[in-house]
Amino acid sequence: MTATPAGTAQVTGVRDNREKLLERAMSRHQYSGAALIEVLHTAQELFGSLPSPLLKTIARKLKLPPSRVLGVATFYHFFSLKPKGEHTFVVCTGTACYVAGAFSLVEKLERRCAKAGHTTEDGKVSVETARCIGSCGLAPAVIHDGSVLARVTVAGLDVELDKIGVP
Amino acid sequence: MTPEELRDKQAEELERQQALSKRIMCCTAAGCLSCGAAAIRQSLDAEVAARDLGDKVEICGTGCMGLCSQGPLVLNAAEPRLYGNVTAADAGAILAGEDTSSHGAIDLQSPFFMRQQKIVLANSGRVDPEKLADYIAVGGYQSLAKALESMTPREVVEEVRKSGLRGRGGAGYPTGLKWELVAKQAAQTKYVVCNADEGDPGAFMDRSVLEGDPHRVLEGMAIAGYAVGAQQGFIYVRGEYGLAIQRLQSAIRQAEREHLLGSRILDQGFQFRIDLRIGAGAFVCGEETALIASIEGKRGQPRQRPPYPPASGLWEAPTLINNVETFANIAPIVEKGGDWFAGIGTASSKGTKVFALAGKSANTGLIEVPMGTTLREILFDIGGGIPERSFKAAQTGGPSGGCIPQQFLDTPVDYESLARIDSIMGSGGLIVMDDTSCMVDVARFFMEFCMDESCGKCIPCRAGTVQMHDILQRITTGEASPADLEMLQSLAALLRETSLCGLGQTAPNPVVSTLKYFPEEYEAHIRDHHCPSGHCHFTSAQQEVPA
Repeated sequence: MTATPAGTAQVTGVRDNREKLLERAMSRHQYSGAALIEVLHTAQELFGSLPSPLLKTIARKLKLPPSRVLGVATFYHFFSLKPKGEHTFVVCTGTACYVAGAFSLVEKLERRCAKAGHTTEDGKVSVETARCIGSCGLAPAVIHDGSVLARVTVAGLDVELDKIGVP
Repeated sequence: MTPEELRDKQAEELERQQALSKRIMCCTAAGCLSCGAAAIRQSLDAEVAARDLGDKVEICGTGCMGLCSQGPLVLNAAEPRLYGNVTAADAGAILAGEDTSSHGAIDLQSPFFMRQQKIVLANSGRVDPEKLADYIAVGGYQSLAKALESMTPREVVEEVRKSGLRGRGGAGYPTGLKWELVAKQAAQTKYVVCNADEGDPGAFMDRSVLEGDPHRVLEGMAIAGYAVGAQQGFIYVRGEYGLAIQRLQSAIRQAEREHLLGSRILDQGFQFRIDLRIGAGAFVCGEETALIASIEGKRGQPRQRPPYPPASGLWEAPTLINNVETFANIAPIVEKGGDWFAGIGTASSKGTKVFALAGKSANTGLIEVPMGTTLREILFDIGGGIPERSFKAAQTGGPSGGCIPQQFLDTPVDYESLARIDSIMGSGGLIVMDDTSCMVDVARFFMEFCMDESCGKCIPCRAGTVQMHDILQRITTGEASPADLEMLQSLAALLRETSLCGLGQTAPNPVVSTLKYFPEEYEAHIRDHHCPSGHCHFTSAQQEVPA
């Protein structure tokens, strides 16, 4: 099989660079199987998700059975085998956010976008929930494209969704 | 750096700070950053440049100042004067030492501040976590120097044992005893691991310590390495804690450059490396054997104990695993002595405890109180009570803890007292619930959490959490019968007795505690299809024909 993860890059130059960076990360850990989680972190950071060809490449390079790599990649919530949408909303569902009504935010996102853990069909928005992001003083909190929104209301969420053009 | 150079460096940095007319501390912990602290810091910097005050005024970013609900916070350290709800437009007023246009200064004499006692958080909000010099100025790494220069490893262990410090991850195992177990092992290779996989929903103490004072944790780990005879440490930190990871990485680099970590530490022939391992979102990895599996690059599944990690841990070598807050207590204990620490707290629980106060409390944020402080003092004096509504329960210990009702508000906070009222100290999440929270749904919420986070290795936990969640789900939707309650109780006993690790063994705790203290809420849901707090919704048909 080839080392090219399918359908993750448009520009050849960019793709080559990412493969080189992944290779460098593996060599930094001397291709040790113990570094599997670190390598998966780097791979997901570079490619956005962990499609099956990419996992197979990593298994071969680290000399691990593909089943072990898939097992680890699916065990941890942080790793995603499917590509993420253009925008992501991660609703914190920790206790403080739960008490402050986080689930009405999840419902809102599920109504307007996709079910939690999924991406809209047009690949525009991914909806996720998180196990406490540790910003309990700001409950309920939502991470929108990497930045934390504090004390979010359903109406406030509507405004954010309107801004990025969600129908 | 030699110990003399360390002391010189401290004197030099203190002198530099005293020569300034003002030091303005800008909280750049995760909470304040997400309400605009970065822009405030920029505008303060710009204002200093515009007024040409560069050599008189210093703007520092710091860790958490505690009162997160009033963030972003800015502290004028010399006066001291604390500003809350700051906006970028307030920079001029803050520099001039005036009240800001929108809000006056926060009263530093209020109970929120006066009732706290800070050991772990002493530097948080006072030092710049990104500057090693700042940590050295407040006496940083002097405890490590003291241990290396004038104490044997045995004496360090003895000092920690004398302090009475117990594990702050929740279980409360005596730290000195654990150190002794690892120190006694004859193996050549040993490891020190810092458990920073803070997974309890509603807890952000460890995150704040790592973000606000990373060097304190590194120093504690290095002292532990010296005491137990390890040369390699790992910090297993949650992948979600980006800022903490970044600050730890830069702190490790700075400390290595100055030979405070790495090889030839403080020129004393001791070496100790610390590496980070980034978690990937699995709650069970807070369990020590699962954490070890995860550092080894495997699925985070626990294994049967014994052998315990002090005998056989990471790569089967003797391994010392302590929580972030435990390590943060070490430097002060070595500096001031075990007896000093043992003088704080209660007979069996020594020192202080950091709590993440959240939920329906007037003040939310990070607090530190001596062990033995009552819940009432924490929730009503420090927390400021509950605005508008009435208190129903305080939740401690996350999914392994319980809901504490009104009648136990005068319970002192220590390991044994909380266990007696069916909760646990836990890692320090403290969530206040008012009469709008439904206790059955709270139990369901935690059970759903445990169900999702069960690693699937042992059947009682894997299948039992699903069954218990199913019953709780039916209770909250009005489809349960009284027989379900009996089943719920028998499943709770089964999970407690037969699960492999702490996750499954403690998963029933929220159910057991809410059943014991709020039985009327379960009855109302099952018999009357009515939720006393108005949280759960039933169809009108269910309400007309009570079962």
